Amino acid sequence: MQKPSEKFVIARKSASTNPLKMSPPLGAAMAYLGLDGCLPLFHGSQGCTAFALVLLVRHFKEAIPFQTTAMNEVTTILGGMDNVEQAVLNIHKRARPKVIGICSTGLTETRGEDTFADVRTIQAKHAEALGDTQLVFAATPDFAGGVQEGWGKAVSAMIDRFVPAGDGTRTLRQINVLAGAHMSPGDVDELREIIEAFGLEPIILPDLSGSLDGHVPGRHVGTTYGGTTIADMGRMHRSACTLAIGEHMRISGERLEARTGVPTRFIDGLTGLEAVDRLVVTLAEISGKPVPKRLRRQRSQLVDSMLDGHFHFGGKRIAIAAEPDLLWALGPIFTGMGAELSTVVTTMPAPHLEALDCAKVIVGDLGDLETGAAETGADLLVTHSHGRQASERLGLPLFRVGFPQFDRIGAAHQTLLGYRGTRALVCDLANTFIDHAHHASPADWAGAGSGEGSHGGSQAAAG
Amino acid sequence: MLKQKVQELFNEPGCVTNQGKSDAERKKGCSIKGLTPGAAAGGCAYDGALIALQPITDVVHLVHGPIACAGNAWDNRHAASSGSELYRMGFTTDMSELDVIHGGEKKLWKAIKDVIADRNPPAVFVYQTCVPALIGDDVEKVCEVATEKLGVPVIPVNAPGFVGSKNLGNKLGGEALLDHVIGTMEPDDAGPTDVNIIGEYNLSGELWQVKPLFEKLGIRLRACITGDARYRDVATAHRARVNMMVCSQAMINVGRKMQERWGIPFFEGSFYGIEDTSDVLRTMSRLLVDQGADPGLIDRAEALIAEEEENAWAAIRAYKPRLEGRKVLLYTGGHKSWSVVSALQEVGMEVVRTSVRKATDNDKARALDLMEGEESALVGAIPAPEMYRMLEEGEADIMLSGGRTQFVALKARRPWLDINQERHYAYAGYVGMVELVRQLDKAVNNPMWATIQKDAPWDADGNLLTTAGGEG
Repeated sequence: MQKPSEKFVIARKSASTNPLKMSPPLGAAMAYLGLDGCLPLFHGSQGCTAFALVLLVRHFKEAIPFQTTAMNEVTTILGGMDNVEQAVLNIHKRARPKVIGICSTGLTETRGEDTFADVRTIQAKHAEALGDTQLVFAATPDFAGGVQEGWGKAVSAMIDRFVPAGDGTRTLRQINVLAGAHMSPGDVDELREIIEAFGLEPIILPDLSGSLDGHVPGRHVGTTYGGTTIADMGRMHRSACTLAIGEHMRISGERLEARTGVPTRFIDGLTGLEAVDRLVVTLAEISGKPVPKRLRRQRSQLVDSMLDGHFHFGGKRIAIAAEPDLLWALGPIFTGMGAELSTVVTTMPAPHLEALDCAKVIVGDLGDLETGAAETGADLLVTHSHGRQASERLGLPLFRVGFPQFDRIGAAHQTLLGYRGTRALVCDLANTFIDHAHHASPADWAGAGSGEGSHGGSQAAAG
Repeated sequence: MLKQKVQELFNEPGCVTNQGKSDAERKKGCSIKGLTPGAAAGGCAYDGALIALQPITDVVHLVHGPIACAGNAWDNRHAASSGSELYRMGFTTDMSELDVIHGGEKKLWKAIKDVIADRNPPAVFVYQTCVPALIGDDVEKVCEVATEKLGVPVIPVNAPGFVGSKNLGNKLGGEALLDHVIGTMEPDDAGPTDVNIIGEYNLSGELWQVKPLFEKLGIRLRACITGDARYRDVATAHRARVNMMVCSQAMINVGRKMQERWGIPFFEGSFYGIEDTSDVLRTMSRLLVDQGADPGLIDRAEALIAEEEENAWAAIRAYKPRLEGRKVLLYTGGHKSWSVVSALQEVGMEVVRTSVRKATDNDKARALDLMEGEESALVGAIPAPEMYRMLEEGEADIMLSGGRTQFVALKARRPWLDINQERHYAYAGYVGMVELVRQLDKAVNNPMWATIQKDAPWDADGNLLTTAGGEG
């Protein structure tokens, strides 16, 4: 295995061009949205909230109930505790949320506020006024990490705040799932169905499938409606085990295990035949049940779509940019189907990416993706919607994955995991390749005999 | 320095809202209400500055700050360009923990050098944000040195988020133009009918809906500040004869100071609505003639207005059979909502409520007049649950509002039309108002509504209802 310094190319440039990364508080607030009756609160200036809110609205096409402590020049100098207090009381009065999920920002972290202590003080001081409204806080400076790091910190904060210490009791059919930032509501739903197929009851934290799946509640609600409840979290210490999905859930998983004694199993990916097989084996072991017929059929369907699809993947060069765990989950699909990851860009030098099947991993931005794609003659761009400009300039198709997908309807339901999610992914990718396939012309073989010009080779199978 | 600038903007004599305030109120600044912790909506000052300046298409917009400020925000609006796409790219210093500790000035300097080398822009706009402002990065000095050493104008936009609201940021963006851009270049083609339009951002291409009207009258757009603008247009804007201020709250300081410095008269106008558009053409022609343009312009303007109005009203009336009797909940900031009301009434729609939250007294009077003195129809803020109730119970058939209340209507399973600035359709000028009515028709008459307003044929527990289809 190569050393980190050889595999990772850290773009040491001063001007990041077309950012791939978004902010940790956005990730933390998104995780809070997976709680039922929650209203996330950013401790910072108004813009910290507004930009994140707009991006989430555009992606999910849902009302996003964010609030801000609206720090101004004076409070930035004097300290923001009063703002947090006032915000919490105002929110309580107006929306009566069950949880106010608070995250800090670059502004308040640069000041060095001890918001954690402030929040505890506020909860105690206003115990009567706040009633059942619970406060939870995660420190998420904008200048350290991206969405998945912020998400991870919020999940750890929820565990610390809401999950009781272990008492030695176990509910054998109940398991915890720590869902990663790279999972859409559709992904969460799919994983739940797979787990339930084994007769197990999952408690999923956070559960975006309950809150941001786009359902119509039939009344007006000023907080999230659906998601993990406080009562759910109050039962997590008695589960048979915990599945932590994605490497960025490792810290939260370890924290949960230390707190409750519930053993954590780390699942590093749920996309692709072998990854899903590992999950299914794990669930069969935990439940002591055979693999259900419907999953066996789904597996067979995936194998078939891989058979049909592989013609189109062979030899393709892929330029992909995503946060580490989405990249780790999706990368093997391409290489495993015969394509090559010619340009790989991510936001953080996460050690597990060492093992990704590619020459190098650039820690950079979509500017690096664009340059890399041009230099390596990529056939396809894979990233979030911000890749659209590069796609236009390079004349290459863009396959949108992850967050944000602001120029798509139904982004919340994009399902990339499980046998069915993988099957859909393989088919959608193959169809994209078919749409942009090279059509043969005499010029392809003008230099016949040199071994070049086999572009048209896969067309026979396209039908 | 920034503090002085902000205080000066709060004292802006050209601002109507300001004129009505006491000294003490004025000192507190604009939209104090919007900054209540836990009950605030809208962007920060940096957001406002970006909105005001980013439509300048051929320059690099470089954001000095941690990833939130650019990473969450780049390429997020529909300001359209007829040329360069450089303005849509996101550039940021992406400050890390180490930059916060050691200071970000050097990184900013290198970033400026790199973007100039890579992109060769006519100028770079550098946006200050909260974190570097807090650690004391002197963005103005870095920009000054960069301009000198690199020979390309590097413009500091000093509007960190915590200084205030989006609206204040719009004005600070305008200040950056006044301090560093407008008047720094001389045009070689100044003419007697040159005008600027200030505060129009060409969202969804709205500028192009009205530009042909000016062209028909021989009026030349020197600069639109800043919709579809090139840097050079803005730098030479001081040679225009007349300034029109659109959405005057946002950049009133620019119009007033240009009058002070270069004697350019300005007027406030709107392209939103038929009568408004006519007023703009009329006033602009008159002011140009006052400034020495050919007096025949006034008659030509009247002729064009008559023709355009007739065509527009005829086109709008064609929708009457499809829209007559439908009830509208109009929820905007309130300024100029009356101009929409008149178009809705022309097609026989009934405006059941219209909000006048931010409207001037004049706007309120005109709206009231159109609503035939029905004062209860003019309202301030409507709480979301009340909005939901009105729509669900059928007191209104459609809501026209901004994106923030979109899901109140949609979750009540009622039609909604975006008439805020983030909208995807252009509604400016005569053609724009016709387009608005066309979109209304598309929204309210979509056959989907009947389908989805029917409840599922089972009860809350999933038991089938005996009567097929159940209640609607």
